[in-house]
Amino acid sequence: MEPQSQLLKINKNEYLAQQKSKLEDALEMGLTKDEYNLICKKIDKIPNMTELGIFSAMFSEHCSYKSSKKWLKTLPTKAAHVIQGPGENAGVIDIGENLAAVFKIESHNHPSFIEPYQGSATGVGGILRDVFTMGARPIALMNALRFGAPNQPLTKHLVSGVVKGIGGYGNCIGIPTVGGETNFDKSYDGNILVNAMAVGLAKKDKIFYSAATGAGNSVIYVGAKTGRDGIHGATMASAEFTENSAEKRPTVQVGDPFTGKLLLEACLELMNTDAVLSIQDMGAAGLTSSSVEMASKGSLGMNLNLDLVPIREDKMSSYEIMLSESQERMLMILKPGSEEKAKLIFDKWDLDFAIIGKVTNTGRLILTKDGFEACNLPLKPLVEDAPEYNKPYEIKTNTKVLKPSEFKTNLTIMDILIKIFKNPNIASKKWIWEQYDSSVMGDTIFANGDSDASIVKIHGTEKKESYGKGLAITTDCTPRYVKSNPIIGGMQAVCEAARNIASSGAKPLAITNNLNFGNPDKKNVMGEIVGSLKGISEAASFLSTPIVSGNVSLYNETNGKSILPTPVIGMVGAIDEVENSLEISAKLDNVLIVLGQSHNFETGWIGCSIYQEIINKKYDGAPPPINLEDEKKVIEILLKLNEQKLLTAAHDISDGGLLTAVCEMLFKYSLGLDINLPSTLINCDSYAPLLQSWCFGEDQARIIIATKDINKVQLILKENDVDFFVLGQTNSSNNLILKDIATISINEIRDINEKTIPSMMGD
Amino acid sequence: MRSGVVIFPGSNCDRDMIVALKQVTGKTPIKIWHKENDFPNLDLIVVPGGFTFGDYLRCGALAARSPVISSIKNHISRGGTVLGVCNGFQILIEAKILPGSLIRNKKLLFTCRETTLEVQNCMKNPFLSGFKIGECLKIPVAHNEGNYFAPKELLKQLKEEGRIALKYSKQKNSEKNYNPNGSSDDIAGILSNNGKVLGMMPHPERAINYLHGGTDGLKLLTNCIQQIIG
Repeated sequence: MEPQSQLLKINKNEYLAQQKSKLEDALEMGLTKDEYNLICKKIDKIPNMTELGIFSAMFSEHCSYKSSKKWLKTLPTKAAHVIQGPGENAGVIDIGENLAAVFKIESHNHPSFIEPYQGSATGVGGILRDVFTMGARPIALMNALRFGAPNQPLTKHLVSGVVKGIGGYGNCIGIPTVGGETNFDKSYDGNILVNAMAVGLAKKDKIFYSAATGAGNSVIYVGAKTGRDGIHGATMASAEFTENSAEKRPTVQVGDPFTGKLLLEACLELMNTDAVLSIQDMGAAGLTSSSVEMASKGSLGMNLNLDLVPIREDKMSSYEIMLSESQERMLMILKPGSEEKAKLIFDKWDLDFAIIGKVTNTGRLILTKDGFEACNLPLKPLVEDAPEYNKPYEIKTNTKVLKPSEFKTNLTIMDILIKIFKNPNIASKKWIWEQYDSSVMGDTIFANGDSDASIVKIHGTEKKESYGKGLAITTDCTPRYVKSNPIIGGMQAVCEAARNIASSGAKPLAITNNLNFGNPDKKNVMGEIVGSLKGISEAASFLSTPIVSGNVSLYNETNGKSILPTPVIGMVGAIDEVENSLEISAKLDNVLIVLGQSHNFETGWIGCSIYQEIINKKYDGAPPPINLEDEKKVIEILLKLNEQKLLTAAHDISDGGLLTAVCEMLFKYSLGLDINLPSTLINCDSYAPLLQSWCFGEDQARIIIATKDINKVQLILKENDVDFFVLGQTNSSNNLILKDIATISINEIRDINEKTIPSMMGD
Repeated sequence: MRSGVVIFPGSNCDRDMIVALKQVTGKTPIKIWHKENDFPNLDLIVVPGGFTFGDYLRCGALAARSPVISSIKNHISRGGTVLGVCNGFQILIEAKILPGSLIRNKKLLFTCRETTLEVQNCMKNPFLSGFKIGECLKIPVAHNEGNYFAPKELLKQLKEEGRIALKYSKQKNSEKNYNPNGSSDDIAGILSNNGKVLGMMPHPERAINYLHGGTDGLKLLTNCIQQIIG
């Protein structure tokens, strides 16, 4: 058929009038005029409301990645251990012993701001479904949260609601929430970030994919019924916020972790048989994206009878059914003849099971409702013709190097430490973590800051001589570095994640990323996206930690004010013998050594540091530079030392610098340390800027290790030509002493560390 | 030694309990689906933790109406031993197998952390008979509704009958938040009038490995099995 031939059959004026009236609908659904005209051309007709709704969802930033796709394609995604990279429900990596780790991170930023409990709960539910859709049993949850300024009135309400929501879903479904990060900055005042990550475990040869197979096979709907909640959620998630955003509450989905648990068990039980050919969860854009993706990935078509979809509310239109984001639903293609067997399993778990259509080979999505055709669209334009924008960008980098000599302060080392641990960004998040069930499933070794990465034992890998393998998981990003220099910030997020995994004793393996940015139509925001992806790519390639899954969240802006660029890195690593994993806490009579810090290191990097914020009340200057060779070197040497069982603890140096990290290592066992100083700093007083920069500078590629065997460790470090600096031996004094300069009570600092968040939350 | 673990829709500590019991007895316990009331005689039935029926309505209220409850009651009347942990404790209370009630934690927040439990001077029972009075066990809790509440008369009665088995206890005199949920008299676990049923909020099945959570839960379960085998 010639393009436009059908259009010519109707009177030109009538056509223009129709097209114009539909254009208004299209604009309201978030499409641009150009996109709308493209749609009309590609499908050779004026779309009806259902068809337009389906297009607007598929063309939304959330589903199509239209602004970021060009740059996402440049990420390194391959390695020998990658089984499935981006493009499926979750990424899959080989972890040996015929096992695979399946994981992904996803944002639920906009819904969580509007309705913190339901927004964050469904964020957790959604990411869990992404993982068990692949045939994996979820074994751990993580999160990365960003809130507005601690003193902002809404912050307390949002923290309280989001934490309750994350716990509400994870605790109920019985998957441990083992860690994450929570930070505060005024740029998130009107636009918080809630990124949830799930990690699951599957047999390597039992991974399930979403591509539909076999024309004529039944399409099955399972799980909860469809209601009117979350209609057009994907479109909302792709728009900027204004004061009127609270009006969007009806587009926030409602979570039901109990049904989620039933769906998890029923799906895994069914996947244990040979009945499932392909499966896809109904996440963003619900039945629309799941049916379109399954059919298009299989290069097939799909006919669905919407009268057969289990619905929760009366008189739902085809538009509402297709765009509802009701939770806890799945779409499956079953092997012919296994429908009865499958139904029995879903009956046992009291879940809906409905055959709603057939796979076809027409390449079209055809929907009927009340006996009429409600939609008839070619699939190709829905998926392949989604626009890919090459938006203009400008990568702004701050190159000003701040020198300690430019700093003057009347604060002592102790004053600064107190201010650091009174900062909610550094202080213990125990108040938050205790609201998450971190020990259900019985496999959690280290959670919630016990170690730099959370460690979960892999059930069933126990051996006679070992408790078995473990997975290490972390989420990291330092947005102030990214803001100052997107490329370095992107690299730093990857490097810190890798350092954290290594500090727990595990080998870094792969990444899932959650790219949270403002409005990509602004040159500088687009520059943040492009720059940080460049940095992430470079570091991920160098450290052999490919990106296997991820999520992009743009338009994180309120009334034109953008968030700090926040490309969160979720990293997974593995350790062969879980009893070798390392906590951050040093033990008595351990020697602490800084890996990656030379003996003549005396000028710490203060640009963009927490220390600088304390002194200057702002962040400024270039962020600490990244040297990938150095990063790789400290990671490799740490793993080597740990393999020889020479280490008792490890902790990477990040926010707050060296002295902050040392304090954190001494807290748990109330230890003390007489700290060695470089000879040039011995005669300083407590106010000396150079000494303070040594204590609090945020130079990268450094990890503090603790050992009982200093001689052996020193020998190995020298043999491998690794820079190191011996800090001293822990003692039972409970005082951190800088000789003749400062005596710091570890218990006092620890109390401050633990009271900061509770007092902020009014507890 | 034959043991069984009851599974309701929404149970989520069933696997953990099965792992723990297998570690102690060497045998895998049978799984009892909540709609079953026809299973072999067992030495020990465990009602594990979780969010049965989503904790909708009231924790344990819907599970307490499942067919399996009458079989559990029969098992008890035959002198059988039952352990209810967390949501399992809530179910036993809702089924009126144990007295009192479990209400929202005092701070109205879910709490997951280690607690120190002190073995009380209580009646003869298979769970704690191998322990000294005053002995302390470190076992984690993870719950939203673990605040044990009972009228004064009932508390007095439980005390007199020696049915208060475990209390949350301070490690140091200065410790303020040793009771994680605000329960009356710091009660963490109580016994039935024959001493054969123990309901407790802390999770012994999460303290069976020195790598995480310690091994005091293992001690409790091992003791229980030994007492039952005699």
